[in-house]
Amino acid sequence: MLVIVAEPVILSPIVTLATVADQTSGARLVAPPNFNPASPTVDQVAVEERVAALAKRSLKKASKVAGLKLAISMMDLTTLEGKDTAGKVRAMCQKALYPLGSDPSLPQVAAVCVYPNWVRLAKQCLAGSNIKVASVATAFPSGQSPLPIKLDDVRRAVEFGADEIDMVIDRGAMLSGQYGKVFDEIAAVKEACGAAHLKVILETGELGSYDVVRKASEIGIAAGGDFIKTSTGKVVPAATPAVTLVMLQAIADHYRATGRKVGMKPAGGIRTAKQALHYLVIVKETLGDAWLTPDLFRFGASTLLNDVLMQLQKEKTGNYQSSEDFSKD
Amino acid sequence: MAKKTDSQSKAIAGRAAQPVSGSHALDFGKAWTYAPSPEATDHIKLDKRYELFIGGAWKKPRAGKYFSTISPSTEEKLADVAEADAHDVDLAVTAARTAFDKYWSKMPGRERAKYIYRIARAIQEKARELAIVESMNGGKPIKESRDVDVPLAAAHFFYHAGWADKLDYAFQGRRARPLGVAGQIIPWNFPLLMAAWKIAPALACGNTVVLKPAETTPLTALLLAKLIEECELPPGVVNIITGAGPTGAALVNHPDVNKVAFTGSTDVGKRIQRAVAGTNKRLTLELGGKAANIIFADAPLDQAVEGIVSGIYFNQGHVCCAGSRLLVEESVHDVIVRKLTDRIATLRVGDPLDKNTDVGAINSKMQLTKIQELVKAGEDEGSTRVSAACALPAKGFWFPPTFFTDVAQSSRIAREEIFGPVLSILTFRTPDEAIEKANNTMYGLSAGVWTDKGAKIFWMGQRLKAGVIWGNTYNKFDPTSPFGGFKESGFGREGGRQGLAAYVELEG
Amino acid sequence: MATKTITKSIPRAARVAAPAPLPAVRLTVNKAYKMYVGGAFVRSESGRYLQVTASSSGGADPAIVNVPRGSRKDVRDAVLVAKNASEGWAARTPFNKSQILYRLAEMMESRRSELVTSLLRGGTAAAEREVDASIDRVVFYAGFADKFHALVASSNPVAGPHFGFSVPEPMGVVCVIAPARPSLLGLVSTVLPLIASGNTCVAVCGMDDPRTPLLWCEQLATSDLPGGVVNVLSGHASELAPIMARHREVMAMDVWGVDKALAAEVEQLGTDNVKRVKVHGPQADWYDERKAQGLGFIERFLETKTIWHPVGI
Repeated sequence: MLVIVAEPVILSPIVTLATVADQTSGARLVAPPNFNPASPTVDQVAVEERVAALAKRSLKKASKVAGLKLAISMMDLTTLEGKDTAGKVRAMCQKALYPLGSDPSLPQVAAVCVYPNWVRLAKQCLAGSNIKVASVATAFPSGQSPLPIKLDDVRRAVEFGADEIDMVIDRGAMLSGQYGKVFDEIAAVKEACGAAHLKVILETGELGSYDVVRKASEIGIAAGGDFIKTSTGKVVPAATPAVTLVMLQAIADHYRATGRKVGMKPAGGIRTAKQALHYLVIVKETLGDAWLTPDLFRFGASTLLNDVLMQLQKEKTGNYQSSEDFSKD
Repeated sequence: MAKKTDSQSKAIAGRAAQPVSGSHALDFGKAWTYAPSPEATDHIKLDKRYELFIGGAWKKPRAGKYFSTISPSTEEKLADVAEADAHDVDLAVTAARTAFDKYWSKMPGRERAKYIYRIARAIQEKARELAIVESMNGGKPIKESRDVDVPLAAAHFFYHAGWADKLDYAFQGRRARPLGVAGQIIPWNFPLLMAAWKIAPALACGNTVVLKPAETTPLTALLLAKLIEECELPPGVVNIITGAGPTGAALVNHPDVNKVAFTGSTDVGKRIQRAVAGTNKRLTLELGGKAANIIFADAPLDQAVEGIVSGIYFNQGHVCCAGSRLLVEESVHDVIVRKLTDRIATLRVGDPLDKNTDVGAINSKMQLTKIQELVKAGEDEGSTRVSAACALPAKGFWFPPTFFTDVAQSSRIAREEIFGPVLSILTFRTPDEAIEKANNTMYGLSAGVWTDKGAKIFWMGQRLKAGVIWGNTYNKFDPTSPFGGFKESGFGREGGRQGLAAYVELEG
Repeated sequence: MATKTITKSIPRAARVAAPAPLPAVRLTVNKAYKMYVGGAFVRSESGRYLQVTASSSGGADPAIVNVPRGSRKDVRDAVLVAKNASEGWAARTPFNKSQILYRLAEMMESRRSELVTSLLRGGTAAAEREVDASIDRVVFYAGFADKFHALVASSNPVAGPHFGFSVPEPMGVVCVIAPARPSLLGLVSTVLPLIASGNTCVAVCGMDDPRTPLLWCEQLATSDLPGGVVNVLSGHASELAPIMARHREVMAMDVWGVDKALAAEVEQLGTDNVKRVKVHGPQADWYDERKAQGLGFIERFLETKTIWHPVGI
């Protein structure tokens, strides 16, 4: 069933889509003709100043430990490589279940994130746990394939058992002003996801400015994304604190206007515990308590976990740790 | 908002920010909290008693009088400080005169420059100590004294040092001569930074200085005196004397002072202007403000909210150029108020030495009383008050980040300088109306304009009667950038080439 | 009061030759001197007048001339029109201001002989020198109107991702107590730098010879200068300066050649609105181009406006 979204669709400064609730009825949203959401502009210098200020939060002792454990619980442990094998995926799943074998008090990660080919294996490895399996889809990472192929990709991954789908938007369409096309694709993917959660990757590193990031966020949210996500990890720059803040502000405005909570996932380039804490501070001071949960915030990362573990051990023992103390999978 | 006529800051603790109707409020609670992170102070050694720095030596005040200086966040005494009387002032001015005649006016600019560079470096070397003492004595958050006050103070000395041997280039072929002895009186809101703003250009231009810090915040100026002593400046080039109003008056009225520079309230500024009337003393005044921070509907709204916050809550609002009147285009008023309500819920008020503190202590009991009185006036005049629901320490002087909506242009809180963390929000409909309201004040120090439209920034910029205009930003300072007011916000500029004019006589 | 105005109806030649038969010469029409306010020529609202001695060597004026004695209310009216003219004048492009001031020089040049004969030293080489210097001074500031910005403005290389610049702006209404002499050159030298930079002004002309400044106003009136930009009162500085100093709409004062007590009083009174009061001793030589004109005269009544803006995408 197609539902044309009622005009006016999205109004500055708070973006709302009155019919977002329709997704529960399974209806696919379709952008109206000449769709162009009026999103607020973003001042680059001020955004970067704000995240730089938040980087100066001083986190010690209990808050540091709590923050790092929270970060682990929010991690989408990721491998997205051409050379991925069963061995690699199994090892990663093991790490997801038992981040540090010696310390059972540590939380498990939120999810593992793999290509569709490895969804089944990951599901097997993680059976019985609460760890989700996320799969990239939609001709990841470029998204440069026809929509039916992308949708097929999604349906296949869901069929394999994926709990979450990380799709990429059509950046070409975004940058050439075909906002309706971007919207419609996301809406179609959302429909194809069925019960699986949808994360919409904006690939902010290709969007050129925070203004476009903000607009893409509005579209991703309005078209039914459960999460919006910065990056594929295949483009530099990937996630940055500033781009994350811009996306969080779009989420905040959407929540204030509609009451619907959309999640956020920075991915790529987050390698250190210090960076992870910085992101958590940004979330805490932008969206507040409700988003300090894996249900609404995730880190997409492949190497972050070890640094977090290392810092936790340091807090526990008081000694600086060696990287060789932690398994490299 | 319930009216609290006593306006005791403690009574406000725990009072929730007013929910904005019809919106889904964000919850900034305790899901994950920051543990206390106090700056280590064990390496700070304050003297029990500070004397007067006159002629390169520490001199006891003739009358033997001292006053104690406290920490406004704990009300604990930090040290005793000498109170200079007219005799001591005379000694200081004489020392400055001697130093001017004997050393400083005769020294090549190149050598003066190197002394000033030394001061800049020494400030950087002692940056942490200066920042901590600034926060202890003044109540401002350590993150501000550490990241703003002290680095900027060093930057001012660095910048002006370089001018000392380049004055011949500064004034279009006119020859610049020093004025002589400069008497400088500075306020309590940026004690070290204001000392730097005053001393650096005076020295660069070849003048000698007698500086009086504010009576509530003398300590960093005294540390600066010590540091200047260690830099081996010729005796008497910089003299630092402490005391209250009468000490300042004696300095202003001293017949051998050639130049008076004052930063502080408009009231006191007018008194000083009266005192120097009919003399040949040169005068510059940097006085109060009631700046309009103007938000257009097309502004980058989330960043504008940050600009509002830094505009009024930076340094507890103890800022002459604070954006204390928010003029919001009516169509985005509700959005801005909602965002600001959420934002002030995240401000951390408390121990100035905690690295996570955003808003510190009010500088003095007297200032707190003044803030409370004006806030009460705002409530009595029917404006709607929103205060952050933060717990405030039991001891010390505190006021929570606060804003008022439903403020009329005629309200006291829209006209008088509150000099505290209290914002008055008004609306406008057209750019013309924004200009009319923004300029409708006796002050003219600063203004902010937030819009995505470049042409509108310039249009507004041309029409605002203010010495500093921040477009899509607020409360930015730099030694290369002239700062100072129009109208009753004073005259003269500090910083940049233009700032040098306050300290030279031009010939030809 | 108009009734107090003394009208000498008998020409000087007739007086000298009296008693004479019926005058054979044509009776001169004497001019009633008026102040210049808001582009109009007005008497003092107070009706008061001052008598001054006219030129002894030619010119159409009788030996004794009445000029208005400006009052508190004349100051009030003049400041009001100056204030109302302020925004429009400041908003004109510097090029346009320059053109208008040059037009003033043209008007002066074309009525040069009138100015020369009007001056107290009427018709002498000294008078010619003063008029020529005055015209040249107008030309000097006409040419400065679109240039001083470049000399005093700055780009501020701040240590951050911001573009900053500082530009000069006029203060608004500036009141001038013009030097007593030379009455024309003194007034021109003090008023022109003010208006070249976009201020408007109310000047009390030098009272050693107020007729020539008031005559000059007729040239102002025909020079395309908008009404209210320059307003010239005649009267006692000691009476008018304190009123100007107290006026809260007046942003600044330029005070020349008054005694110490009056200077101090003006400075005192000006503090009520933090007025920028510049008091000067007697200018040694208004003909010395190095000292009597220049950027300094313009700079004194400028504000510096600093603007910051982020640089980003």
